[in-house]
Amino acid sequence: MAGKPRNRQAAVADAGLAKMNDGRERREDKLSKLCATLVAAVAAALSAAPLRAAEAVKIGVLMPLTGNAAAAGQASKAAVEIAAEIVNGKHPELGNLPLATTEGLPNVGVAKVELVFVDHQGNPSLAQQLATRLITQDKVQALLGAYQSSCSFTATAVAERYGIPFLVGDSAALNITGRGFKWVFRTTPIASDYAATYMRFFDDMKKEGKKIASIAVVNENTDYGTSVADSIEAAAKTSNMPVAIRIPYSASSTDVSAQVLQLKEKQPDVTIFISYTSDSILYIKGMKNLDYLPPMVIGDDTGFSDPSFIPAVADIAQGAMNRSAWDIGKPGTTTSKINDMYKAKTGRDLDDTSGRNMQGFFALAEAINRAGSTEPEKIRETLTRTDLKPDQLMMGYNGIKFDQTGQNILASTYLIQLKGKQYQLVWPQKAATASLDWPMKGWKH
Amino acid sequence: MLLLQVIVGGLLLGAIYALFSSGLTLIWGMMNVINFAHGEFVMLGMYVALLVVVWIGGGPETFGFAAAFALFALGVCVYLSLIRHVMRGPMLAQILSTFGLALLLRYTAFWIFSANFVSLPQTSFSGTLNVAGILLPVPQLVAGVVAAALTIALHLLLTRTTLGSQLLAVAEDRSASMLMGIRPDRMQAIAWGLAGASAGIAGALMAMSYPWSPSVGETFGLTAFVVVTLGGFGSVPGAMYAGLIIGLVQALSAYWLGPIYKDIIVYALFAALLWLRPQGLMGKA
Repeated sequence: MAGKPRNRQAAVADAGLAKMNDGRERREDKLSKLCATLVAAVAAALSAAPLRAAEAVKIGVLMPLTGNAAAAGQASKAAVEIAAEIVNGKHPELGNLPLATTEGLPNVGVAKVELVFVDHQGNPSLAQQLATRLITQDKVQALLGAYQSSCSFTATAVAERYGIPFLVGDSAALNITGRGFKWVFRTTPIASDYAATYMRFFDDMKKEGKKIASIAVVNENTDYGTSVADSIEAAAKTSNMPVAIRIPYSASSTDVSAQVLQLKEKQPDVTIFISYTSDSILYIKGMKNLDYLPPMVIGDDTGFSDPSFIPAVADIAQGAMNRSAWDIGKPGTTTSKINDMYKAKTGRDLDDTSGRNMQGFFALAEAINRAGSTEPEKIRETLTRTDLKPDQLMMGYNGIKFDQTGQNILASTYLIQLKGKQYQLVWPQKAATASLDWPMKGWKH
Repeated sequence: MLLLQVIVGGLLLGAIYALFSSGLTLIWGMMNVINFAHGEFVMLGMYVALLVVVWIGGGPETFGFAAAFALFALGVCVYLSLIRHVMRGPMLAQILSTFGLALLLRYTAFWIFSANFVSLPQTSFSGTLNVAGILLPVPQLVAGVVAAALTIALHLLLTRTTLGSQLLAVAEDRSASMLMGIRPDRMQAIAWGLAGASAGIAGALMAMSYPWSPSVGETFGLTAFVVVTLGGFGSVPGAMYAGLIIGLVQALSAYWLGPIYKDIIVYALFAALLWLRPQGLMGKA
């Protein structure tokens, strides 16, 4: 090693210093250089940190980006990203949509919105941990999420504990609001709204002379499915609609033929599926394989709205119904323009689930801007005073206005029907763009 | 009649369980290694089937063979590049290495194929047969029958052929088999190849009836462990019976008691059987 001089220190050594000393000095020199670099880095980080915080408003987004519901999570992620682009950039073409025409959040020093995505994989305990991390480490000013009701349930509890506003864009289980929480707000319609919608629809159908003697409810057995199915059962009871059978099952099933056979035995006139993605596809395929086609199948959004659903089973699920608060609308409308942006990014039309998350983001951003501050308490307080009109929304709600529990009291939904490779709005009649086919044709077309 | 329908459905699915579980049990029998990535092998078999159908076309015979060859090759590669080396390490290293492999394969699949659920386009094998009132979906029927035949074939390969004797010899006594002129490395690589191929074909067969995403391997991996433990570690006929039993019990309990109870029943039965017969149905005590 000690031979030819290779650097400045070595040259100095050659000039007279002892070799031993040289070695030590070299180490010391290195050490001091390292220290200097570290100090500089820390100083830079410290000086940069508060600057950045003032520049961007951080919103943590919890979604299942892998796992069973990954397709829906990824679709929602893309939708929220576009919503952030709309808020951060200038989009005068989007009419009344809040924050579209201006750049960033004008009242918060034209701050840009920065999204921090985390993947909870559909696991409620992971959602809880990640919510904690977003608040304590990433220092987000608000949270949005989390697709699965079970995950929203645990993650919102964390937000409540730390005092950070949490906007629930699309989880439908009743128990997410109504726990006396102050920090949780939900824009989407909830289980009881959906149940009431279905009953109104059945009444309309009966008035038109369709036979609906009994219904069946098939639900995945976590918070989402159980909550919606409970609400449907309760609503059916009050409107004297017999529930022939209720089948709870686990969404990770690989085989559902036994359940299809149970349905076949009971012969309900309408079967409502409260299902996630792979299970929805399995049910439709299983029904065809076992040659069982009920007069009508209604999917409670979610799996039936998943981007994988139509390519997989459109041919054999003709006429299947689904609920949706999203309608692309005619070319040139705000919704259609938003859909174009989404399609350019993902290659697909925007779906209801992703749309509801996007709407949740807009409501949150609008409140932060109105608060004129990134202080959590101010944002929370402004959220309670939110009052958005239908023409300021991209979804078909009657508006956004939160009650004491944080639930949007103006949330509502449409019913849509699969025709060809697209869903079309068929109910309520006053909003319908296509006529309803009853019974459904399934694979017999 | 509906009951008979349930039983047939359960047995057809059970036959596929048996096929991919027999690969897991073979590896354990050969070298006492638990392959946690086995479920991922099944998942990759499904994607190979999809790629073949999309790129080349053809029926189950084409994509079944393709999946078998691809996964045979993967099995051999995994053995040569990973297992052979960690075999020299402690038991924990072996367990964790296959677990790491499982994660690597799963997340690579996420990266390449994305998280969306996919399913095979309709192949020539579609439609439903009606045999005396029992509806047999053709893809499931073909899958179940082929899986059962292949599991039996694997058993015969191990018990009736020279290659089988050589494999068993290495499993019995590595040094003695070397003295007999058998190369243990080669035999073990073949065992991994066979295990991969069985998982690959099983995946290709299931791809005909089920939608899947890269996380599907988790479910199948767990099922394979239950089947192998129930059947007895290292026993292919054991895996065959256990696979059929589990398929049947799942189907019947889902039909009689409701789908949320089926796994409870399977695992309760599993625990009870282990309590009575810890070595499994066909395992050696």
